[in-house]
Amino acid sequence: MIRENIDTLIVGGGPAGLAAAVELWKKGMRSILIVERERQLGGILRQCIHDGFGLSRFGESLSGPEYAQKFIDEVTALGIPYLTDAAVMNITGSRLVTIATPGGIREYQAKSVVLTMGCRERTQGALAIPGERPTGVFTAGVAQAYINLYNRMPAREVIILGSGDIGMIMARRLTLEGAHVHAVFEVQPYPSGLPRNIEQCLNDYHIPLYLSHTVTKIHGSSRLEGVTVSAVDAHMKPIPGTEQYYPCDTLILSVGLIPENELSLDAGVTLDPRTHGAIVDENYMTSVPGIFAAGNVLHVHDLVDFVSMEAERLADHVAEYVREGSLPPCTLDVHYDTDINHVIPQKVSGANPFRLSMRVSHVMKNAAIEVRQNGNLIAKKAVKKALPAEMIQFDVPADNLQTSGDLEVTAVQR
Amino acid sequence: MKREFTCIVCPNGCEIEADYEIKNGTPVISNIQGNTCKRGEEYVRQELISPKRTIASSILVEGGELPLVSVRITKPIPREKIPEAVQEIRQYRVTAPVRAGAVICHDFLGFDTDLITTKNVPAAHK
Repeated sequence: MIRENIDTLIVGGGPAGLAAAVELWKKGMRSILIVERERQLGGILRQCIHDGFGLSRFGESLSGPEYAQKFIDEVTALGIPYLTDAAVMNITGSRLVTIATPGGIREYQAKSVVLTMGCRERTQGALAIPGERPTGVFTAGVAQAYINLYNRMPAREVIILGSGDIGMIMARRLTLEGAHVHAVFEVQPYPSGLPRNIEQCLNDYHIPLYLSHTVTKIHGSSRLEGVTVSAVDAHMKPIPGTEQYYPCDTLILSVGLIPENELSLDAGVTLDPRTHGAIVDENYMTSVPGIFAAGNVLHVHDLVDFVSMEAERLADHVAEYVREGSLPPCTLDVHYDTDINHVIPQKVSGANPFRLSMRVSHVMKNAAIEVRQNGNLIAKKAVKKALPAEMIQFDVPADNLQTSGDLEVTAVQR
Repeated sequence: MKREFTCIVCPNGCEIEADYEIKNGTPVISNIQGNTCKRGEEYVRQELISPKRTIASSILVEGGELPLVSVRITKPIPREKIPEAVQEIRQYRVTAPVRAGAVICHDFLGFDTDLITTKNVPAAHK
């Protein structure tokens, strides 16, 4: 078996892994390797053929494959080593990485490991909808792969459960491919996808979006024949008497994404129950020294541009870690109140500036996000309309930070 | 007249409120608020005249590693022409290898827009 030493091993060749690799290379790091389990680099972007990617990172509107190609071209031009068709089987807490490749098993002893595995879709199994289990129930990403990668049309009469962005984008795509999309149902009282997608994917095609509604029964034996939809109360419990039957052959689920952290758990990385990603410090380092995480494996993003930019920030810290053998300790916790769903990072040093990423837990108009330490206001960001669907990011400067005293993030009404 | 818009130009998705009048068939905006950049105002003006959209789809590839190559139009076209555009896109075929950015059709449907490929599809190994 081949066993090598390496400075940085990057797990996953999607937008986060590619951006981290390019940035590490530009910082002079040469002992790096991207490991990708698919045949091609690019990750999920390969099937996201709609445009709107790259407006923040490149200042132009690209399709997903074009956005990925920009990074792949850079990886190729710089000669950054990568393996495809290669699956990381295990990562230990001491960063011994085992990889299955077509040529056999390989092992790498890495000084640092970058986790960029992305996320998975929540599936029907996670929802526990009563009824039969016929075919015709797909996650939005699976329907997207059928149509955009494999040239297969999986649907004629469609109901969509969940107002995630991929679900709305598939509502438009399926409509243009000749399917009839009856409606989108969202269990929460607010949409989970971006307003622009409600406008250009649903409103443009007269597809209604019903909030506070969910599918309460699946009908059909071999193929889906219909679904029962019910209104839900404030506690998201179906209201008896509101049931309505919709005949359909396809139910598309767009009910959330979950960071894919099985490998992280093997390595002993501590996860945050809110994000389902690692708990990280301001350097994007996890609870295991030398193991870092960025992109959708850390917390689910709305935009790939922010995934790339987060991975680029991570690369700075990984380079420093490899060079110095350690990073300044981050012992201060970042706390938050109930108006906030989660924050990244969860630990800071109090000595350095950092980028705070967060989401609110409910819709707030004219809000301000405040960061306080020892009673002092450290940073403040005004948000005209804070939506759970939109990640809020801003820089927290080091000027007023102290190296003792936890941080407190609050959302206040202005 | 007053109308609310959700801007689709960028992911910020600004909620814009505009007061306007139609003078000689042209909308004249007297007051606009909620947009955080100039493009929002242009978007509202275009929405009042004739909404425009871009679209992406795929076309068949012969002899490629993948059966399809993704395509998109480079500039928006009138929104009501989108279904026709998707039907038209279906007619095209390319032979692998294909590189992203190849122009499949200039002045697509007679509009000032190109239909381009957005993915590299290498030839299949024989």
